[in-house]
Amino acid sequence: MKLRAAAAAVALTLLVGAAAASRGAAARANDGTVRIPVHYSKFDPAELAVEPGETVRFVIVNTDPIDHEFILGDERVQLVHENGTEAHHPPRPGEISVSAGETVVTTYTFPDTPGELIFGCHLPGHYDFGMRGTVTIA
Amino acid sequence: MRNPFARALTLTILTAVMLTGAAGSALACGGLVTPNGTINLLKTTTLAAYHEGIEHYVTSFEFAGEGSEVGSIIPLPGVPTDVIKGGDWTLQRLIIETQPQPEALRTASFALDSAAGAEVLLEKKIDALDITVLKGGAVEVGNWAREHGYFLPPDAPEMLAFYAERSPIFLAARFNAERAANRGVQTGQGTPIHVVIPTTNPWVPLRILALGRKAAEVVQADVYLLTDRRPETLPQAERSKGFDPNQRGLIQEVSEPASTTLLADLRSDRGMKWLPENGMWLTYIRINETAANLKHDLAIDASGYGRPNPVAAGYPTASGAAPWPVVWTVMAALVAVAFLMVVTDPAVRRRAERVFRR
Repeated sequence: MKLRAAAAAVALTLLVGAAAASRGAAARANDGTVRIPVHYSKFDPAELAVEPGETVRFVIVNTDPIDHEFILGDERVQLVHENGTEAHHPPRPGEISVSAGETVVTTYTFPDTPGELIFGCHLPGHYDFGMRGTVTIA
Repeated sequence: MRNPFARALTLTILTAVMLTGAAGSALACGGLVTPNGTINLLKTTTLAAYHEGIEHYVTSFEFAGEGSEVGSIIPLPGVPTDVIKGGDWTLQRLIIETQPQPEALRTASFALDSAAGAEVLLEKKIDALDITVLKGGAVEVGNWAREHGYFLPPDAPEMLAFYAERSPIFLAARFNAERAANRGVQTGQGTPIHVVIPTTNPWVPLRILALGRKAAEVVQADVYLLTDRRPETLPQAERSKGFDPNQRGLIQEVSEPASTTLLADLRSDRGMKWLPENGMWLTYIRINETAANLKHDLAIDASGYGRPNPVAAGYPTASGAAPWPVVWTVMAALVAVAFLMVVTDPAVRRRAERVFRR
């Protein structure tokens, strides 16, 4: 009987663990830094969580043989870049180009109010391809 | 073709058809992308012939106009020994042999017939085309293409990796605008190339046709196979519903012994003398599939054993299989725990023993 109870406990633990693992919690900054590799034209992680007013140092690692960019902002910012003509961005907080195979850093201070921002790449076809992610400020 | 005059007339018509483009557009079986990200959606036509261990890959690149920087990248199953100018009518002759033609042409035919990157292995100029054969991994070839002005869409990194895992050989082709102008190449005019590839494992790149396309876009292509025996392919082509434009997938429109007249016409084209006079099998597979579903290439086994290589088709190998997701691992653990619970329960064990005694 004891064995059955123990087995049931193990099974329950494993089930809870699996549920947590499959839910994919949003990544958080570690010592103020978030590392975001870009592979096959996708950001990983694509879901981030920050605290209101938090300053985060983003390290963008482009492992692809093509150029990308990291544009952080609200929907209006994304729309401006999607329709924009600026091929290469000078480093601005939360906006940076990342050439093929390169690693770049940009630092951004999030607003004090809770909400959600988007980060994406707006080189031709990249945003539609799914090269985007979200930051939840809470 | 029963007499030389008839054949000459057919070829004259074919040449005229080719020049006017009435027999259908013939484009390379590769990824075609322009710098602004637009994709050329015209149909592609390719011949992959396999004879005596050599794949002869014939395709045509279409000039998209002056100032238009269009490059193509074609993955290859092996290192080519040569890249030559393709024949003038091979692709068009195959189209006429296998597809319904406009009335005037059909009548004529009946009358007659009753970087530390990629290693550059080969460079060649064919008319206004600059051809480069590259060897390298996905990143190396991607870097080479980018540094040489090729525009790579966002799905290119994964696509290049898909091919480089099987064969690190790629052919890059691009029109030289100056030579095209000097030669008077017109927009839409095709330049056929013929790639000679010794290989034991022939395959035709299909997935690359979806490069840069949206998931719902339909990829259309004509693939002709000429083999010593009736081939088996992977994926297996579906049976045709009679050139139904709404039929999706890889559709086998023709599978029959190649006629001696067809082979004679093809043999009379440039670079096609290697083709036997008879005894070849003709297969015509029409590709009419969404980009999202075009996930594999076409592996060919013409040996008679009927075992096309799954790896050549781009299916994952056992060693390359993705690790089990966490959920499946946990499910397996749960099954194991449940099994333990059952076998350690005395009541259940006694019942099982009774069953076995019977």
